Amino acid sequence: MHELPVTEQIIKVVLEHARQADAKRVAQVNLVIGDLTSFVDESIQFYFDFLSRGTEAEGATLHIRRVPARVRCHACQHEFAPDGVDWRCPRCGNLGGEVLSGRESYIESIEVE
Amino acid sequence: MKPMRKVEVVTDILNANDQIAQENAETLRAHGIVAVNLMAAPGAGKTSLIVQTARALDGRLRLGVIEGDVASRIDADRVASEGLPVVQINTGGACHLDAPMIRQALRALPLDEIDLLIVENVGNLICPVEFRLGEALRVMIASVPEGHDKPYKYPGIFTAVEAVVINKMDLAPYVDFNLGALREAIRGLNRDAAIFEVSCRTGEGIGEWAEWLWGQWQARRAPSAA
Repeated sequence: MHELPVTEQIIKVVLEHARQADAKRVAQVNLVIGDLTSFVDESIQFYFDFLSRGTEAEGATLHIRRVPARVRCHACQHEFAPDGVDWRCPRCGNLGGEVLSGRESYIESIEVE
Repeated sequence: MKPMRKVEVVTDILNANDQIAQENAETLRAHGIVAVNLMAAPGAGKTSLIVQTARALDGRLRLGVIEGDVASRIDADRVASEGLPVVQINTGGACHLDAPMIRQALRALPLDEIDLLIVENVGNLICPVEFRLGEALRVMIASVPEGHDKPYKYPGIFTAVEAVVINKMDLAPYVDFNLGALREAIRGLNRDAAIFEVSCRTGEGIGEWAEWLWGQWQARRAPSAA
Protein backbone atom coordinates (compact mmCIF):
# COMPACT_ATOMS: atom_id res chain seq x y z
CA MET A 1 0.00 0.00 0.00
CA HIS A 2 2.62 2.56 0.96
CA GLU A 3 4.53 1.96 -2.26
CA LEU A 4 2.18 4.46 -3.98
CA PRO A 5 3.41 7.66 -2.26
CA VAL A 6 6.95 6.30 -2.27
CA THR A 7 6.84 5.66 -6.01
CA GLU A 8 5.41 9.15 -6.62
CA GLN A 9 8.47 10.45 -4.82
CA ILE A 10 10.82 8.23 -6.84
CA ILE A 11 9.39 9.58 -10.11
CA LYS A 12 9.59 13.18 -8.89
CA VAL A 13 13.28 12.80 -8.03
CA VAL A 14 14.02 10.89 -11.25
CA LEU A 15 12.40 13.57 -13.42
CA GLU A 16 14.21 16.36 -11.58
CA HIS A 17 17.56 14.71 -12.22
CA ALA A 18 16.68 13.86 -15.82
CA ARG A 19 15.75 17.49 -16.55
CA GLN A 20 18.89 18.78 -14.86
CA ALA A 21 20.91 16.46 -17.08
CA ASP A 22 18.98 17.74 -20.11
CA ALA A 23 17.86 14.20 -20.94
CA LYS A 24 15.18 13.33 -23.47
CA ARG A 25 14.31 10.00 -21.96
CA VAL A 26 15.02 7.92 -18.88
CA ALA A 27 15.97 4.38 -19.87
CA GLN A 28 16.68 2.90 -16.46
CA VAL A 29 16.24 3.73 -12.78
CA ASN A 30 18.59 2.02 -10.35
CA LEU A 31 17.19 1.58 -6.86
CA VAL A 32 18.84 0.07 -3.80
CA ILE A 33 16.49 -1.49 -1.27
CA GLY A 34 17.40 -3.43 1.86
CA ASP A 35 15.73 -6.67 2.83
CA LEU A 36 14.83 -5.29 6.28
CA THR A 37 12.59 -2.64 4.73
CA SER A 38 9.03 -3.50 3.81
CA PHE A 39 9.14 -2.35 0.20
CA VAL A 40 7.83 -4.82 -2.35
CA ASP A 41 9.59 -4.75 -5.73
CA GLU A 42 6.56 -5.78 -7.78
CA SER A 43 4.43 -3.13 -6.12
CA ILE A 44 6.93 -0.34 -6.86
CA GLN A 45 7.16 -1.57 -10.45
CA PHE A 46 3.37 -1.57 -10.79
CA TYR A 47 2.99 2.01 -9.56
CA PHE A 48 6.04 3.15 -11.49
CA ASP A 49 4.62 1.94 -14.80
CA PHE A 50 1.33 3.63 -14.05
CA LEU A 51 2.64 6.95 -12.71
CA SER A 52 5.40 7.45 -15.28
CA ARG A 53 3.02 7.48 -18.27
CA GLY A 54 3.37 10.63 -20.32
CA THR A 55 6.66 11.60 -18.63
CA GLU A 56 10.29 11.24 -19.71
CA ALA A 57 10.45 8.17 -17.48
CA GLU A 58 7.69 6.28 -19.28
CA GLY A 59 8.84 2.80 -20.21
CA ALA A 60 12.00 3.01 -18.11
CA THR A 61 13.36 -0.21 -16.69
CA LEU A 62 13.30 -0.33 -12.94
CA HIS A 63 16.39 -2.08 -11.64
CA ILE A 64 16.19 -2.89 -7.95
CA ARG A 65 19.34 -4.05 -6.20
CA ARG A 66 18.41 -5.87 -3.02
CA VAL A 67 20.75 -5.54 -0.04
CA PRO A 68 20.63 -8.54 2.29
CA ALA A 69 20.50 -8.02 6.03
CA ARG A 70 23.90 -8.16 7.74
CA VAL A 71 24.39 -8.17 11.47
CA ARG A 72 27.44 -7.87 13.74
CA CYS A 73 27.27 -10.20 16.73
CA HIS A 74 27.09 -8.37 20.06
CA ALA A 75 29.26 -11.01 21.73
CA CYS A 76 32.06 -11.96 19.32
CA GLN A 77 31.80 -9.19 16.66
CA HIS A 78 31.42 -11.81 13.91
CA GLU A 79 29.49 -10.42 10.92
CA PHE A 80 26.77 -12.65 9.53
CA ALA A 81 23.61 -12.71 7.46
CA PRO A 82 20.62 -13.70 9.59
CA ASP A 83 19.01 -16.75 8.09
CA GLY A 84 15.32 -15.86 7.94
CA VAL A 85 14.02 -15.90 11.48
CA ASP A 86 17.31 -17.11 12.95
CA TRP A 87 19.35 -14.20 14.28
CA ARG A 88 21.76 -16.43 16.18
CA CYS A 89 25.47 -15.92 15.49
CA PRO A 90 26.76 -18.92 13.52
CA ARG A 91 30.16 -18.62 15.22
CA CYS A 92 29.37 -18.23 18.93
CA GLY A 93 25.63 -18.90 19.15
CA ASN A 94 24.79 -15.55 20.76
CA LEU A 95 21.45 -14.09 19.76
CA GLY A 96 21.24 -10.95 17.62
CA GLY A 97 23.52 -8.05 16.92
CA GLU A 98 23.93 -4.62 15.45
CA VAL A 99 22.27 -4.14 12.05
CA LEU A 100 24.96 -3.22 9.51
CA SER A 101 22.90 -3.31 6.33
CA GLY A 102 19.45 -4.13 5.07
CA ARG A 103 17.71 -0.83 5.88
CA GLU A 104 18.68 0.99 2.66
CA SER A 105 16.08 2.56 0.38
CA TYR A 106 17.49 5.02 -2.12
CA ILE A 107 17.71 5.95 -5.79
CA GLU A 108 21.31 5.25 -6.73
CA SER A 109 21.38 6.54 -10.31
CA ILE A 110 19.44 6.87 -13.52
CA GLU A 111 20.45 6.05 -17.06
CA VAL A 112 19.29 8.63 -19.56
CA GLU A 113 19.65 9.50 -23.20
CA MET B 1 20.12 9.90 -30.88
CA LYS B 2 22.01 10.99 -27.80
CA PRO B 3 24.25 8.38 -26.21
CA MET B 4 23.19 6.73 -22.96
CA ARG B 5 24.52 8.45 -19.86
CA LYS B 6 24.47 7.52 -16.22
CA VAL B 7 23.40 10.24 -13.80
CA GLU B 8 24.19 9.74 -10.14
CA VAL B 9 21.23 10.50 -7.87
CA VAL B 10 21.71 8.95 -4.39
CA THR B 11 18.51 10.29 -2.86
CA ASP B 12 16.63 8.37 -0.20
CA ILE B 13 13.19 7.46 -1.49
CA LEU B 14 11.75 8.61 1.83
CA ASN B 15 13.55 11.94 1.56
CA ALA B 16 10.38 14.02 1.10
CA ASN B 17 8.79 12.50 4.19
CA ASP B 18 11.99 12.79 6.22
CA GLN B 19 12.33 16.50 5.43
CA ILE B 20 8.85 17.23 6.73
CA ALA B 21 9.54 14.99 9.74
CA GLN B 22 12.55 17.19 10.44
CA GLU B 23 10.35 20.31 10.29
CA ASN B 24 7.88 18.66 12.67
CA ALA B 25 10.73 17.85 15.04
CA GLU B 26 11.77 21.51 15.01
CA THR B 27 8.20 22.69 15.66
CA LEU B 28 7.94 20.28 18.58
CA ARG B 29 11.32 21.28 19.98
CA ALA B 30 10.39 24.96 19.81
CA HIS B 31 7.39 24.22 22.02
CA GLY B 32 9.35 22.04 24.44
CA ILE B 33 7.41 18.95 23.40
CA VAL B 34 8.80 15.42 23.34
CA ALA B 35 6.88 13.23 20.91
CA VAL B 36 6.45 9.47 21.07
CA ASN B 37 5.50 7.41 18.02
CA LEU B 38 3.48 4.52 19.47
CA MET B 39 3.25 1.55 17.15
CA ALA B 40 1.63 -1.88 17.51
CA ALA B 41 -0.62 -4.41 15.84
CA PRO B 42 -4.38 -3.71 15.88
CA GLY B 43 -5.82 -4.53 19.28
CA ALA B 44 -2.51 -4.61 21.16
CA GLY B 45 -3.72 -1.85 23.50
CA LYS B 46 -2.33 1.40 22.12
CA THR B 47 -5.25 3.56 23.20
CA SER B 48 -5.50 1.77 26.55
CA LEU B 49 -1.82 2.43 27.19
CA ILE B 50 -2.28 6.13 26.38
CA VAL B 51 -5.19 6.38 28.82
CA GLN B 52 -3.29 4.51 31.54
CA THR B 53 -0.16 6.59 30.95
CA ALA B 54 -2.11 9.82 31.36
CA ARG B 55 -3.55 8.58 34.65
CA ALA B 56 -0.17 7.38 35.92
CA LEU B 57 1.59 10.65 35.08
CA ASP B 58 -1.24 12.38 36.91
CA GLY B 59 -0.55 15.88 35.64
CA ARG B 60 3.26 15.69 36.03
CA LEU B 61 3.38 16.07 32.25
CA ARG B 62 0.67 17.61 30.13
CA LEU B 63 -0.20 15.05 27.47
CA GLY B 64 -1.44 15.62 23.96
CA VAL B 65 -2.50 12.85 21.61
CA ILE B 66 -2.70 12.31 17.87
CA GLU B 67 -4.82 9.31 16.95
CA GLY B 68 -4.18 7.60 13.63
CA ASP B 69 -6.77 5.22 12.23
CA VAL B 70 -7.96 4.20 8.82
CA ALA B 71 -11.46 5.33 9.81
CA SER B 72 -13.62 6.43 12.79
CA ARG B 73 -13.13 8.67 15.86
CA ILE B 74 -13.58 5.89 18.42
CA ASP B 75 -10.06 6.23 19.83
CA ALA B 76 -10.08 10.03 19.84
CA ASP B 77 -13.38 10.10 21.72
CA ARG B 78 -11.98 7.70 24.31
CA VAL B 79 -8.87 9.83 24.82
CA ALA B 80 -10.88 13.07 24.84
CA SER B 81 -13.09 11.68 27.60
CA GLU B 82 -9.92 11.63 29.76
CA GLY B 83 -9.68 15.39 29.26
CA LEU B 84 -6.67 15.22 26.94
CA PRO B 85 -6.27 17.39 23.83
CA VAL B 86 -6.55 15.05 20.87
CA VAL B 87 -6.63 15.18 17.09
CA GLN B 88 -7.94 12.27 15.08
CA ILE B 89 -6.32 11.53 11.71
CA ASN B 90 -8.24 9.25 9.39
CA THR B 91 -5.86 7.94 6.77
CA GLY B 92 -8.68 6.72 4.52
CA GLY B 93 -7.00 3.43 3.76
CA ALA B 94 -3.33 4.24 4.19
CA CYS B 95 -1.63 1.74 6.48
CA HIS B 96 0.57 4.18 8.41
CA LEU B 97 0.91 7.83 9.44
CA ASP B 98 3.40 10.02 7.59
CA ALA B 99 5.06 13.32 8.38
CA PRO B 100 2.70 15.55 6.32
CA MET B 101 -0.29 14.17 8.27
CA ILE B 102 1.45 15.01 11.55
CA ARG B 103 2.29 18.52 10.32
CA GLN B 104 -1.42 19.04 9.67
CA ALA B 105 -2.43 17.63 13.05
CA LEU B 106 0.08 19.81 14.94
CA ARG B 107 -1.73 22.90 13.64
CA ALA B 108 -4.87 21.73 15.42
CA LEU B 109 -3.27 21.09 18.82
CA PRO B 110 -2.62 23.64 21.62
CA LEU B 111 1.16 23.12 21.46
CA ASP B 112 1.95 25.52 24.30
CA GLU B 113 -0.16 23.40 26.64
CA ILE B 114 1.55 20.08 25.84
CA ASP B 115 4.74 18.53 27.25
CA LEU B 116 4.48 14.99 25.95
CA LEU B 117 2.79 14.20 22.63
CA ILE B 118 1.84 10.58 22.03
CA VAL B 119 1.14 9.73 18.40
CA GLU B 120 -0.87 6.54 18.09
CA ASN B 121 0.05 5.08 14.72
CA VAL B 122 -2.23 2.93 12.59
CA GLY B 123 -2.34 -0.66 13.87
CA ASN B 124 0.37 -2.32 11.80
CA LEU B 125 3.82 -3.81 12.53
CA ILE B 126 5.26 -3.24 9.06
CA CYS B 127 4.74 0.11 7.37
CA PRO B 128 4.74 2.68 10.21
CA VAL B 129 8.39 2.04 10.95
CA GLU B 130 9.49 3.35 7.53
CA PHE B 131 7.96 6.79 8.01
CA ARG B 132 9.54 9.14 10.54
CA LEU B 133 7.09 11.68 11.94
CA GLY B 134 9.36 14.06 13.84
CA GLU B 135 9.22 11.99 17.02
CA ALA B 136 11.96 11.76 19.64
CA LEU B 137 11.05 8.23 20.73
CA ARG B 138 9.66 5.18 19.02
CA VAL B 139 7.81 2.72 21.21
CA MET B 140 6.00 -0.46 20.31
CA ILE B 141 3.55 -2.68 22.13
CA ALA B 142 3.82 -6.46 21.84
CA SER B 143 0.77 -7.95 23.53
CA VAL B 144 0.73 -11.40 25.12
CA PRO B 145 -1.94 -12.98 22.85
CA GLU B 146 0.14 -12.11 19.77
CA GLY B 147 2.64 -14.74 20.91
CA HIS B 148 6.33 -14.74 21.73
CA ASP B 149 7.60 -15.41 18.20
CA LYS B 150 6.78 -12.00 16.69
CA PRO B 151 10.22 -10.33 16.91
CA TYR B 152 11.72 -12.56 14.25
CA LYS B 153 8.71 -12.16 11.98
CA TYR B 154 8.85 -8.36 12.18
CA PRO B 155 12.54 -7.55 12.72
CA GLY B 156 12.15 -4.10 11.13
CA ILE B 157 10.08 -2.68 13.95
CA PHE B 158 11.73 -4.57 16.80
CA THR B 159 15.16 -3.28 15.78
CA ALA B 160 13.95 0.32 15.43
CA VAL B 161 12.33 1.14 18.77
CA GLU B 162 13.60 2.64 22.02
CA ALA B 163 11.15 0.63 24.11
CA VAL B 164 8.91 -2.44 23.89
CA VAL B 165 5.85 -2.57 26.15
CA ILE B 166 4.60 -6.12 26.67
CA ASN B 167 0.89 -5.59 27.34
CA LYS B 168 -1.90 -7.89 28.60
CA MET B 169 0.40 -9.63 31.08
CA ASP B 170 -2.75 -10.58 33.01
CA LEU B 171 -3.61 -12.97 30.14
CA ALA B 172 -0.27 -14.80 30.25
CA PRO B 173 -1.55 -17.77 32.33
CA TYR B 174 -4.36 -18.42 29.86
CA VAL B 175 -2.54 -18.46 26.54
CA ASP B 176 0.40 -20.29 25.03
CA PHE B 177 2.97 -17.62 25.76
CA ASN B 178 6.59 -17.80 26.87
CA LEU B 179 7.73 -14.51 28.40
CA GLY B 180 11.37 -15.61 28.60
CA ALA B 181 11.42 -16.46 24.90
CA LEU B 182 9.89 -13.09 23.97
CA ARG B 183 12.37 -11.17 26.12
CA GLU B 184 15.27 -13.12 24.66
CA ALA B 185 14.04 -12.49 21.11
CA ILE B 186 13.61 -8.75 21.73
CA ARG B 187 17.06 -8.58 23.33
CA GLY B 188 18.56 -10.46 20.40
CA LEU B 189 17.28 -7.90 17.91
CA ASN B 190 17.62 -4.79 20.03
CA ARG B 191 20.09 -4.78 22.88
CA ASP B 192 19.27 -1.26 24.01
CA ALA B 193 15.47 -1.22 24.04
CA ALA B 194 13.79 -0.79 27.41
CA ILE B 195 11.32 -3.62 28.04
CA PHE B 196 8.22 -3.23 30.23
CA GLU B 197 5.71 -5.85 31.33
CA VAL B 198 2.34 -4.24 31.87
CA SER B 199 -1.36 -4.85 31.96
CA CYS B 200 -3.51 -1.90 31.00
CA ARG B 201 -6.45 -3.76 32.55
CA THR B 202 -4.99 -4.34 36.02
CA GLY B 203 -2.51 -1.45 36.00
CA GLU B 204 0.44 -3.81 36.62
CA GLY B 205 3.74 -2.30 35.47
CA ILE B 206 2.22 1.00 34.31
CA GLY B 207 4.00 2.95 37.04
CA GLU B 208 7.43 1.74 35.93
CA TRP B 209 6.65 2.58 32.29
CA ALA B 210 5.39 6.06 33.22
CA GLU B 211 8.57 6.69 35.26
CA TRP B 212 10.68 5.76 32.24
CA LEU B 213 8.69 8.18 30.05
CA TRP B 214 9.15 10.91 32.67
CA GLY B 215 12.91 10.26 32.67
CA GLN B 216 13.03 10.28 28.86
CA TRP B 217 11.08 13.54 28.78
CA GLN B 218 13.50 15.19 31.19
CA ALA B 219 16.50 13.94 29.19
CA ARG B 220 15.18 14.82 25.75
CA ARG B 221 13.18 18.05 26.05
CA ALA B 222 14.84 21.09 24.57
CA PRO B 223 16.61 22.95 27.40
CA SER B 224 15.75 26.40 26.02
CA ALA B 225 12.02 25.64 26.23
CA ALA B 226 12.09 24.62 29.90
